[in-house]
Amino acid sequence: MHIIESGNVAAATGVKLSRAQVIAAYPITPQTPLTEKLSEFVESEEFDAQYIPVESEHSAMAVCIAASTAGARAFTATSANGLLYMSEQLHWAVGARLPLVMCVANRGIGAPWTVWNDQQDTMSQRDAGWIQIYANDHQQIIDSVIKAFLLAQTVSIPVMVCYDGYILSHTYMPFEQPDQDQVDSFLPPFAPKNFLDPENPGNFNPVTLPDVRPGVDGEIEPGYIEIRHNLHEDLRTTLDTYAAIDKEFEEQFGRGGNPLIEQYKCVDADFVAVCIGSLSYQLRDVIDLMRDDGVKIGVMSVQMYRPFPDEVIVAALADKKCAIVLEKALSYGNQGALYGDIKSALYNSDTKPHVHNYILGLGGREIKTQHLLDALTESCKSPETIGDTPRWIGLKL
Amino acid sequence: MAVKDYLRQRFFPHMWCPGCGHGTILNSLLRAIEELELEKKDIVMTSGIGCSARISGYVDFHSLHTMHGRALACATGVKLSRPHLNVIVPMGDGDALAIGGNHFIHAARRNIDITAIVMNNRIYGMTGGQFSPLSGVGIKATTAPYTTIDNNFDVVELATAAGASFVARSTAYHVKESTDILKQAIQHKGFSVVEILSQCPTHYGRKNKEGDAVSMLELHKTNTAKIGSKALEKNPVLTPRGIFVDTDKPEYCAEYEKVIAFAMKEKTS
Repeated sequence: MHIIESGNVAAATGVKLSRAQVIAAYPITPQTPLTEKLSEFVESEEFDAQYIPVESEHSAMAVCIAASTAGARAFTATSANGLLYMSEQLHWAVGARLPLVMCVANRGIGAPWTVWNDQQDTMSQRDAGWIQIYANDHQQIIDSVIKAFLLAQTVSIPVMVCYDGYILSHTYMPFEQPDQDQVDSFLPPFAPKNFLDPENPGNFNPVTLPDVRPGVDGEIEPGYIEIRHNLHEDLRTTLDTYAAIDKEFEEQFGRGGNPLIEQYKCVDADFVAVCIGSLSYQLRDVIDLMRDDGVKIGVMSVQMYRPFPDEVIVAALADKKCAIVLEKALSYGNQGALYGDIKSALYNSDTKPHVHNYILGLGGREIKTQHLLDALTESCKSPETIGDTPRWIGLKL
Repeated sequence: MAVKDYLRQRFFPHMWCPGCGHGTILNSLLRAIEELELEKKDIVMTSGIGCSARISGYVDFHSLHTMHGRALACATGVKLSRPHLNVIVPMGDGDALAIGGNHFIHAARRNIDITAIVMNNRIYGMTGGQFSPLSGVGIKATTAPYTTIDNNFDVVELATAAGASFVARSTAYHVKESTDILKQAIQHKGFSVVEILSQCPTHYGRKNKEGDAVSMLELHKTNTAKIGSKALEKNPVLTPRGIFVDTDKPEYCAEYEKVIAFAMKEKTS
């Protein structure tokens, strides 16, 4: 069914179609309409789930961890400071290998307070071990949520589905809403191997010592470093797992094909603008203007940021003249996190482009097409300009 | 000093909806401060997140707009480091008793000299009308379209049980009563909790068919009665207003000073 709705409703609809069983959430702008929609679905009995309106984000994630440990498919959503308030629990959910799914409507972090969009909130959590998927439009939001549930339970790692606050969360766009039957055949019920079961008592996440030690049956069990090593290895294979899930999704629903990166006019391009999220669609207009002037430029968005699809990115950028990384987040005191990751991925490549870094849109600062055009034009004119100091767009000092 | 001199008018127009009770409560508070002849430089206001928390931006005191639920935690830090300052904390029902509930009971337990104002409109107004721990059973909210099943806290009982040494209740209708109570709360040495029932016509009123701001104000009048009044005696289901607790108990900063003095004496002797 084709509908026109907000990004938050697209996310809520994806959660409903995925038959999440427990939802715990706390209101925070701009995520709130998503959880309101879910509570409406649940209370009208359109959606058979437990909705728990908790007293904070910390509790929201705690409820999801507990629900998932008890074998339920659990979901929450948040933004900005709410995500950071969950931080302790985010690490716990990953370490406990719980297949949670969480939507994050990206928003800047206080202080000073801002309710507007940037991506510092989720980017600051990149090292927690969660899988991070970013959506560029409403269709990608609903599709990513459904795929995220399958991915999470396949690899036993929680997944964040991130989308730009307001720009996507509150705007209305047409998108295709899959049928329940189709989603049911794509996403089987959650059937965990280990879960809290009174018939089969177990000890979850017991204290580890620095070295390995035997478990109750006398067998040596993995210690802390082994458990964390395995998490990392599993995250690395997640890139292929997600590509396979996306392929399956494409076969069934006719949409997909760009699970890790999405490219626009990149094939013959000398220059590629690289970004995350909805900015990539705004950049398409700029790229078209520059193409009219004969500049061979394209745009690439990173769809899965963690695990980082380094090989795919190297393959896409290695033979270009310049990659221009535009970010709505910054690793303060250093450079844009995505910029650093891309340079790191290219380090061992035989050929590599120059890489430029721009910071923009923090706290919802308007991103003007003219500013993007000026920045990209400058980078394309002098790609050999070296320097890791990020350049700022739209700054009014 | 005129009340408007306590305001940072450069932040106006304020963000409160027409008919919101919060502006009236701010007015009561500023009149209390004016009548106590407190100097602006001796007042610190910390606030968290929500419609009520915006007050810290509108008043011309030292103000800290902190994180959701953390207003009392930040206030505790301010008060301990500068005990001579008057610390006033405006909070909403969600900020004070959901995400900040833990700080609320512990500030009361310590009996630290802070004035906590719970502006209770029984709803999360800023994020669009979700129910709060003060909404109570049978209320409609965006997170409870078919009414709530959650019981509510009674702020007065909770604060009293947790150890607050001054506990009172007023409403946005009873403007002068609020000023009088707030004056006593600010002067009280210890943790003071003043619950002031406010109205949110935009979310609570609309969802729960309580009419416009005027009829919601009317409800503050008809649904409450003063402690010890005949009206309350006749009709005990009314919500009591007035001062419930006003006791002298050791205050946390003063006790802490004593510990420091004792420890220093030990050290030098």
